[in-house]
Amino acid sequence: MSTRSGTGGHAISKPLFRLGVSPTLRLLAVILLGLALMALDHRVNELQFVRGALATVTYPLQVAVDAPVRAVSRVFESFTSREDLITENRILRSENAELRARQLRFEALQLENDRLRALLNTAEQAEERVEIAKLLAVDLDPFRQQIVLNKGRNDDVYAGQPVINADGVIGQVLSTRLTSSIALLISDPSHALPVLSARTGLRGLVVGTGNPQRLEMRHVPLQEDVEPGDLLLTSGLGGRFPADYPVARVTSVERPQGQPFLSIEAEPLAALDRSREVLLLWTDGAVSAIAPLNLDNDLEAAPPNALESEPAEGTP
Amino acid sequence: MTRAIGIPWPVALTLLAALALAIVPVPDILRPARPEWLALILIYWAMAFPSRIGILTAFVAGLLLDTLQGQLLGQNAIALAVVIYIVLQIHPRLRVYPVWQQMMVVAILMALFKLLALWPQGITGFPPGSLWYWAPVLTSALVWPLIFSLLRDLRRRWLLHLT
Repeated sequence: MSTRSGTGGHAISKPLFRLGVSPTLRLLAVILLGLALMALDHRVNELQFVRGALATVTYPLQVAVDAPVRAVSRVFESFTSREDLITENRILRSENAELRARQLRFEALQLENDRLRALLNTAEQAEERVEIAKLLAVDLDPFRQQIVLNKGRNDDVYAGQPVINADGVIGQVLSTRLTSSIALLISDPSHALPVLSARTGLRGLVVGTGNPQRLEMRHVPLQEDVEPGDLLLTSGLGGRFPADYPVARVTSVERPQGQPFLSIEAEPLAALDRSREVLLLWTDGAVSAIAPLNLDNDLEAAPPNALESEPAEGTP
Repeated sequence: MTRAIGIPWPVALTLLAALALAIVPVPDILRPARPEWLALILIYWAMAFPSRIGILTAFVAGLLLDTLQGQLLGQNAIALAVVIYIVLQIHPRLRVYPVWQQMMVVAILMALFKLLALWPQGITGFPPGSLWYWAPVLTSALVWPLIFSLLRDLRRRWLLHLT
């Protein structure tokens, strides 16, 4: 060791801290500062400017970590054989044709829907805007279910924005920076999402378990009709997600003895831990237009407390 | 003796590398066992340059780690500051310990670090709820000899003139 301990026995007779403030005092100061930060961050979620300043250092790091991973996958891509590409192209072509055919009908249905709504005097469904965002290949806290997206405030991303992919709901944006954002997956234990069963119209709350393959549906009374295989859609009631996006499929239903609620497990339709691209959804007013419609069609079936007691979706 | 302040650039680079290592993607099975690189490297530098690398450095580095990993702001920062405070108190002894004994001290420090980082998670309602949470205590202690010899070589090559 070349440092002070090399200079002999008096090394430990400390001129160690010459800056005036003792380390103990300094420790107390940073602990207080840290506690204040934690309280602010947790309670009001209003530390965007602090996070923004820190992100000027952390975002380049994330990009630097992401780049080699992406480069490797690009190299593999460029080595795909011509046959594979032709096959893939053929599949995509037929899929595209099929989707476009369906889109034709969809537009007709949309028009019809608008007309019927006009007859019923209900608000119109708002237009939705969709944009693709890529996931940065970085690992976050292994015990939380979060992802980093490559779009941020510059692309109009906002906190609370729904994130989906082609199969179903993925999660919602948690915090934004200028060019990136962090999204919370629906499988995070802190995430709750109001859903309804496509088969029965039964409403409930889908809560994450920390396992990307498993969700739980909570607060469904014992007598309700839920079966494995039931499709769960967003109900639009929480005010963040538009209605009728597929979320999960029920995998098991148990009636535990002596419990007031069913224990329901579901599997997310979107591959939460495998997708590399997601869609960001912009909606205005869609939710308020849809909520009243759902309210009156299953009043008896609705669990009385599922609606009232639900927390705001995702309480980071 | 001149006032020893400022972080030498090789130290800053190793800290950045530690932050990058904290988010490098690894297979899912290994994720919970990822060593606490930042804490390890801070421990080494605090031990080697106690008058330069101290509580403030640890706190700021911890804030960066919080931002990187999407955790509550301040969670790692406080835990790292406390750990480095202890290292500052015991550094004359820690320096002369044989490596296996340093590993044990590192394990204890890491356990403290994980415990301190656990409290805010418990209070905010989302504790990890798995024993895997404690895996880094072991893995960090195991990689300590590697960190120690790497950083010692780096210090001997570039930073011999510093105290």
